[in-house]
Parts: sequence; C-alpha cells; structure tokens
Amino acid sequence: MNDAFILDAVRTPRGKGRASGALHEVGPARLAAQTLLALKERNGFSPDQIADVILGCGEPSLEQASDIAKAATFAAGFAEVPGAQLNRFCGSGLEACNFASAMIIAGQAELMIAGGVESMSRVPMFAGGGAWVTDPQITIPNRIVPQGVSADLIATLYGFTRSDVDTYAAQSQHRAATAWQEGRFSRSIVPVCDVNGLTILDRDEHVRADTTVASLGSLEPSFQALGRQMGFDGMALQRYPELDTIEHVHHAGNSSGIVDGASAVLIGSSTAADRLGVKPRARVRTFGTVGSEPTIMLTGPIPATEAVLKRAGMSVRDIDLFECNEAFAAVVLRFIQALNIPLDKVNVNGGAIAMGHPLGATGAMLLGTVLDELERRDLSTGLVTLCIGGGMGIAMIIERV
Amino acid sequence: MIEYQLDTDGVATLTWNVSDRPMNVLNQASIAAFTEAVERAINDQNVKGVIVTSSRPEFVAGGDLDLIRDIRDVQQSMECSGPISRILRRLETSKKPFVAAINGSALGGGLEICLACHHRIVADDPNIQLGLPEVTIGLLPAAGGTQRLPRMIGIKKALPYLLEGRKADPAKALEAGIVDAMVPSTELLSRARAWLLSAPAEAVTKPWDRKDFRFPGGAPQSPGSIQIFFGASGSLLTKTQGNYPAPEAILACVYDGCQVDIDTGLKIEQRQFARLATSPSTKNMIRILFYDMNDANRLAGRPKEVPKRSFKKIAILGAGMMGAGLAHVASMAGLEVVLLDVSKDAAEKGKAYGAKILEGQVARGRISESVRDTALGRVVPTTNYADLSDCDLVIEAVFEDRAIKAEVTRKAEAEIRDDAIFASNTSTLPIGGLATVSKRPARFVGMHFFSPAEKMPLVEIIRGAGTSDETIAEALDFAKRIRKTPIVVNDCPSFYANRAFAMYPYEAMTMLAEGVNPNLIENAGRMTAMPMPPLALIDEVSVELLYKAMKQARADQGNSYQTQPQDTILITMVEQLKRLGRKTGRGFYDYPSDGGRKLWTGLADHFPLATRQPNVEEVRERLMYSQSLEAARCVAEGIVSVRDADIGSLLGWGFPSFLGGVLGQIDTVGLPRMIAACDRLAEQMPERYAVPQILRDMAASGRTFH
Repeated sequence: MNDAFILDAVRTPRGKGRASGALHEVGPARLAAQTLLALKERNGFSPDQIADVILGCGEPSLEQASDIAKAATFAAGFAEVPGAQLNRFCGSGLEACNFASAMIIAGQAELMIAGGVESMSRVPMFAGGGAWVTDPQITIPNRIVPQGVSADLIATLYGFTRSDVDTYAAQSQHRAATAWQEGRFSRSIVPVCDVNGLTILDRDEHVRADTTVASLGSLEPSFQALGRQMGFDGMALQRYPELDTIEHVHHAGNSSGIVDGASAVLIGSSTAADRLGVKPRARVRTFGTVGSEPTIMLTGPIPATEAVLKRAGMSVRDIDLFECNEAFAAVVLRFIQALNIPLDKVNVNGGAIAMGHPLGATGAMLLGTVLDELERRDLSTGLVTLCIGGGMGIAMIIERV
Repeated sequence: MIEYQLDTDGVATLTWNVSDRPMNVLNQASIAAFTEAVERAINDQNVKGVIVTSSRPEFVAGGDLDLIRDIRDVQQSMECSGPISRILRRLETSKKPFVAAINGSALGGGLEICLACHHRIVADDPNIQLGLPEVTIGLLPAAGGTQRLPRMIGIKKALPYLLEGRKADPAKALEAGIVDAMVPSTELLSRARAWLLSAPAEAVTKPWDRKDFRFPGGAPQSPGSIQIFFGASGSLLTKTQGNYPAPEAILACVYDGCQVDIDTGLKIEQRQFARLATSPSTKNMIRILFYDMNDANRLAGRPKEVPKRSFKKIAILGAGMMGAGLAHVASMAGLEVVLLDVSKDAAEKGKAYGAKILEGQVARGRISESVRDTALGRVVPTTNYADLSDCDLVIEAVFEDRAIKAEVTRKAEAEIRDDAIFASNTSTLPIGGLATVSKRPARFVGMHFFSPAEKMPLVEIIRGAGTSDETIAEALDFAKRIRKTPIVVNDCPSFYANRAFAMYPYEAMTMLAEGVNPNLIENAGRMTAMPMPPLALIDEVSVELLYKAMKQARADQGNSYQTQPQDTILITMVEQLKRLGRKTGRGFYDYPSDGGRKLWTGLADHFPLATRQPNVEEVRERLMYSQSLEAARCVAEGIVSVRDADIGSLLGWGFPSFLGGVLGQIDTVGLPRMIAACDRLAEQMPERYAVPQILRDMAASGRTFH
C-alpha cells in the first residue's frame, strides 16, 4: 500500500450565509473553482495530472445539485478533469479527503483534489427536502429530532449549563480573533475575487471578537419552541427516559454560524509529490466514519476518534492538536469530556461558532487549519473530527513529515 | 340498496338505502350494488350526469366494521378495500359529471364517496357531520380519503381531518373547501340537478388529473411541506408515544401518496390500510371501542326476565360535587331530580353547580337558553326527606362515613316507595356492610360513579350479597337512561375499577422506594399511553388521600394488615415532608406559579437512586402488568366479567384502547411472555406478582380472553 500525503490545503474566507453576506453574489461552482485554481497556481500541476476532484456538499440541491464538483471543474477551466460530488452532510468535506486518500493508498490514483463547497445563502439547508427528515416512516420510528434539540439533549445529559456553553462559545470567538490577528490562517486563505480580479472577501465575516459570556447571556434559546411546542423534546425523552426535561441552552451565539465557503486539499502519493517538486506537508495516518445513536445525533466524533486512534495504534495522548467541529458548543464539550482531552489542545484557533460552518466545506477546512497550526507550533500529529446529521461521526489523523 | 332513477333530462339519481342495516354503511353488498349502479350510469348513453344521495337521515355513515373485523390477512384486506377504491376512481375518471347531494352526515367512506364526485353540495343542516374519523378506531380512510383531501385543500389543512378525525358541520366544510356549496335541504336535489345540467366540460376532470395540476399549499417535498411533515412527527409521537399506528400510517399515505400520481397514491393507501386492518392494536381498538362498548351500552347481559324499568323522578342525597354533578346529569337526561342536603344553602349550592355548567354551554352556543331553563327547572333542592316519596330511585352521595350513610339510609327508606331503588354511590365502603342497616336489602345497590360525574362515562353497578337481580337490571336501565356506560361488579373492597387501577400508582411508588429514577418512572408512564404519568397522577388525586386510605385500611384490618411496599413513600411524603399533592402546590412535583410542573428535586435526597437502574421497558411492564394481574384476579374471584373488566379500564381510568383494555393487554402481550415477566418479578414481590391460577390454566390450554 502507498502512503497518502497532504501536499497543500486552501480555503476561502467564510461569508455570512445570507443575502447581505459578501459571498452571496458568488455561485457555489465558481466559489469552489477559486480554491481549485489556487491549488494549481501554488503547486504548479497541470489539470490533466489530477485523477479526480471530489467535493463534499451537504445540500446538493438547486444550484448545488447534479454534481457540483463537475460544475466546479468547468468553472475552473479544468474541463477534462472528472469531478464527483459527495454528501455526508457535515462530514462531506472530510469524507472527500478520506475517499481521495483511500484512492492514493490503494494505488488507484496518484494525485487528487478533495474538498467541499457550500453556499448556504443561495441553497438553504433542506432546500431539496430529503427522506430522512421528511418521511414519517423514517423520522418517527428513528426518533429524528432537529439537531438543535439533539445538542440541547447532549448538554442536559452530560450536565453542561448555559454558562458552560456560553463560556466555550466566547472562547471560540476570542481564539478565532487572535488567530486572525496573528495571521495564523494566512497560509490557507484564498481571497474570493470577482470576474475582474477585485477582492470580494479576504477575511472570515462571521467572527465577533467582542463577544462575551455576558453578551451571549441575553440571547434566547433557539430550540425551545421546537422542542416543547412541536413535541420534539417528548420524542427525545422516549430515547432518554432517565431525564425529566431537556434544558434548551443553545442559541445563535453558541451554535455554528450559517456561512458560505469552499475548501480544497491536494492529496497525492510520494511519486506525485516528487513529480510536482512539492514537499509533502503531512501523511494521512488513519481515517473513517462511524454511525451513532440518531436521536442524540451529534456524539459521533467520540466513537469516530476512538476508531481511528485504534487503527493507528495511538491513544488520545499521542495527538498534539484536535479539531472537533463546533456544530454546537455542547458537541465539543462532550467530546473533550468523554475522551478526557485538555481544552488547550482542541480548536485552538476557534471554530465554527466564531467563523461559521459551510456544511460540505468545513471538514477539509479543518484539515488545513490543524495542519497550519501543527507547522506553526512545530508539532507532529493532528486529528480532525466532525459530528454528522442522522447520527454519524467522521475522523482523520494526520502526521507531519 | 342503491335505488337507480333516470329522468328525461338524462340525470341519473343513485340513492343510498341500505335497508338491512340500521344505517347506510359500506359493506360487501352495498359496495357491489353501488358499483353496479355506477357502471350502469356510466355505460348508459342516455345518462348525462349522476346525483349520488341517500334516502335515510344520514348520507353514508362509513364502513361496516363487521367487514373489517373479519379481515384476517393483508391479502384479504386488499381484496376487501380494493373494490370501493376502484369504483370511486372509475366514477371520477368516467368523464360524466357526478355530484354528491349530501343530505345527512357523510363520515368515513361516506365522505370519501363525496370526495370522488366532481361536485359536492351539502344541505345547510348544522347537525350534519362531515369527516374521516377512521383514525379514532385505528384505521385510515381507504377509499381515497388520504389522497383526495390533501389534493383538494392542501396537506396542512387536510392533516387535522385525517390525523385527529376532526369533523366539520356544513358551514365549516364549505369554508375548508371540503364541499363546494351549501343549500337549503329542500333545494338539495334541484340544485344538484341544476349543476349537472350546466356543468362545464372541464368539471369532469379533477385538478389532479390535469397536466397543469399544482398541489395546493405545496407538494410533500416543497419547503413548507417539509416543515409540516417534520413537525407532525414530533407532535404525533409525543401524543401517541408510538403506540397507535394509525396516525403514522395516515401520515405515510399523505407523504408517499402525494408525491406520485393519484392512482399510485391509491395503491399506497390500500397497502397501509392492510397493515392497520391486520394489526393487533387496531383489532383491539375496534373490539373495545365499538363492539364491547355497544354491548355494554345496550345492556347485553342484563337479566332478560326483568321488565325494563322507566324512571321519571329520582333523588340525590348530598349536594357535594358528586351529588351535584349527578343531579345535573339526570336533569339533562330529562329526569326530575330532588337534590337533598342538610341545609337549604348546601342544596342550593349543589343546584348552582349544574347551573354553572349549563351557563358555560349556553355561552359556547352548545345549548339554548330554554334547554338550560328546562334542565334547571327539573332540579328541586330540598332538606325534606318527605320529598323522596314519589321517587323511582334514591342515590346517596354523602361523606364516606358509615354512620352518616346509615342515617341517610334509614331516613330515606322511611319515605320512599316499596319499589324504589336505594343506591349508594360509595367508592370505598363495601355494599354488604352498608346494606346491613337497610330494611330492604334486595332493593339496595351500589352505584359507583366517577368524578366529575358530568364528564366520566362509567358507572360501576355494585351487587351486594342481598341485592336482587331485579334491582341490578333496573340499575342498569337507569345507567342507560342517563347515558352512562354501566358495568356490573360484585361487592369487594374498592370494587373493581379502583382496585385494579390502584396498581398503577402503587407500583410507581414501590419503584420509587426501590430507588428507581423518578424520571424513568414518569417517562415509562407516558410511554404506556396511560392518561398521566403515575407520580403526577398521585399528585392530582392527592398524596394525602392515598395516605388516608392506607391508614383506614390499617385501622380496619388491625394486626392482619400487611404492609405494602408503597406505604413507606406515603408516610414519608405526608408525615415527614408534608408534600400532600397538587392542591397544596407540593407533591412529587413542584407546581410553580407560572404553570407547568417539575419533579421535585428533593426526591433524590429522601428516596436515593439505586446504582443499578432498570431499563424503561421493565418499568413500563411493571406499571402495566400489575394492573392486568389485579384485573385477572377480580375475574378469577367472580367480581367482574371479562368484557366489563376491559370496558371499566377504558372508561374508568383511561387504560389504553390499543391494548384492548386491561385484560386485552394480556392477550396482546401473550400469556407466556406475561407470566414469565410476572414470575420473575414475583421473586421480589411474591404477592403483587402472584400469577392467578386462571392465567396459568389459560396459558396451558392456549386460551385467550377475547
């Protein structure tokens, strides 16, 4: 078996996912194309060297439907490069990297681009429907509740108070602000430009550096009405009957932001790296996806992490830095609680609460973020993990070379 | 069965008259006759249009449950439900206009006939009901109701009719778009004819059979509908706790069927119907809600040799909440009522209780002022026992105190006629004991009504040792007269309903004493589909009341009293913690002033959690099986019949209908499984979980209750 190496990783800044967001004017195919072109420019490959472009997309409907990856190759001028769109909801971007790595490891490809794209302002979540959230023959027997209710369930079950989740959220904002201030994202960020080359956005738009626990305290819980009036709390309690009620602690300020963005990672074999004359930045150690209990839905990072650590013959202590996607504050708090990970090793430059979570793009963004930081601190191993709708978790371990 | 008339204008009238049944219903014979008539009209070139109507007070009341009761497997169900679905689709696509002239209530299959027609005209009689109530007996509208209604009025507006069985009067139905016109009854047929003779050509093509059909309010995958379906799952499941498959199947029909053409949708509907028609829960619901209820209400089993007794005037002794409620119920049934209490004030207060109820009904437009005044006029408050002299029946509803009851019995018996019945509405004191002071024990009977009497439909007719068959029969006649459902119970402490039902709260407190997490107990209670979780229920009836009952039992039984596992909880709650229940704002729950309730956080300090917790299924089994065991004991002891045990559980304490009542549950779970679970539990609690021999015998011979 071959080794898969990460040769480079880029991402766009994240624009607010609404009409007033800076990236609303850029369609998802062209947004993704900018990351493909950046990889080409930085690494000097010619498109015909790329075996495939796999892009994750969490809402592959409307403009993102019908293979957004192939659309992106057209938009990038890679007209004869294949493209495949992949959907594993919030895990899509990392899953694209997993699949690409698997191709390299299996010897079936030498050089791949993996990443993701999500224009949440143009293609809202669930714009295309979908059986797992609409078909009563699926939602009812499986006790599928809105993700926010699941996040509140995690907080209730594992004892995270409103103050706990708000404290974590404020810290995410402060860490992200510091990271931007110190230029820690500069290696990965590709400014988004217009047709004439003028910059549209070069910074994450969603960060609010002035956030405090007190300022978050005034926000109303977002999922209380859904839970209490529409019956989803009752549904969740059928699965967790040891609880009295569900405490609704999550709100817009401690949940991931809705944003637009794209990411791309260049993954190749050592031969491909040699051919390009590029020094591999990291080796892909292990990766994988697991299923977990669907009502609580968002605890998948724990078994996913355990699985990839076991496959690598490693323990939590062997990992220098973790990126656990901040879908909701309680997801990360439960992750570090369950695996006994010190907070100063996790999401050290902030996360999706501060910068936003462009569903299909996030996984590959986190891979670049952890790699940049490992290099900055001159550390060796990083682990990226995300919770996924429907009760799944995904993870990848990388190691600098 | 279906009269067929063709006039000179080419208008055929198909008139429903299923003369061999009490009402127009859809069964094999009537469906066949209707099919033949529809085919005849379609095939006769002289027919320009068709009116479908009825010559009975109702249009068509729905499907004949005998037909559904006899469905044994899914293939049979498809054969049973297919013909009506197909003929309705046939008339809908026949290119001849069909108009429903809805002269009376059209329910279930009756309304589905109307929905298939090209135009619906209803008579403007507010007593007419239109609806699809199939869900209430565990079924779904299988003649196109789940497909046509959403396509007509949109998914959001259709769901309450389909999922809750909501009914509409003609005005509401018109507003909702279920019918097209409402006209005076006298003009119904002429207006129907007029529509047929002037119907535009496109009227014979339903919107959903046109290329440009746009689903009203959006098809299932539209953003609005996605929200509706996702939301419906939460509210539905919180309500049914997953125990009732019919609303889930209906939602599935709407979701699946409305994404495809209607012919495919109708196939989906047939398949979901077959799933329900063959499911144990639906069989249970039809049996208990329809057949058993009908038997109980028509007094099947009443001694036939006793002539039916009519009642003109009764007396209620004691004008408290129960007495006042009964007086109200009896006066509404047209009886004259003497309401007697120790003071004129107290008696007047009792009458005012009924007046308040009537006032509310007038305010909501349910009854007229004259109905109110007549009903009130029939209640005469008094303190004078001489007023009892011409009563057919006296019911005492005084304090549960043997001395007081003895006194009113003696005073009343001194005045009443020889053939008058004396009934005690005691809920706890055995009738045999109370009857010892009676001069005429054969005419002394227990009538245990439930509180509030104006709402609770059940009455336990308690047969004392000396009560005559004649008295029992006449007491049943009285129950029917005031529209209560009676069950006959032989005398024993707590009688039947309270005795078996008590296991639910008792077992909850027993588990609390064992250290089971109270959240688990309450959530398991919710999951059983009982009306309330058990600890909340105890708060509601009052912890103190159960405590006093326990003290009374101790006092009555002296040294022979066997301490019950729940006693320690009652003693701690009342004596030590002074948490007496809902009324005092403190019980197992706290009741904050802003409403709602939350389990008292201090429970864990006094009833510490055990380190090993049972799974929720085990808690649920204990809450439910303990009731069934006690009911089976009552049957074994000859206290109550099987049918009455189930009806009593349904009406007396809200035992879930999907289980078919408290004994139905034993059949549903299966005796071997239930006995095994109880034997396991009996290792810890030998008395509570002792399996009565009757169940072991039944298991050995493979018998069931139903």
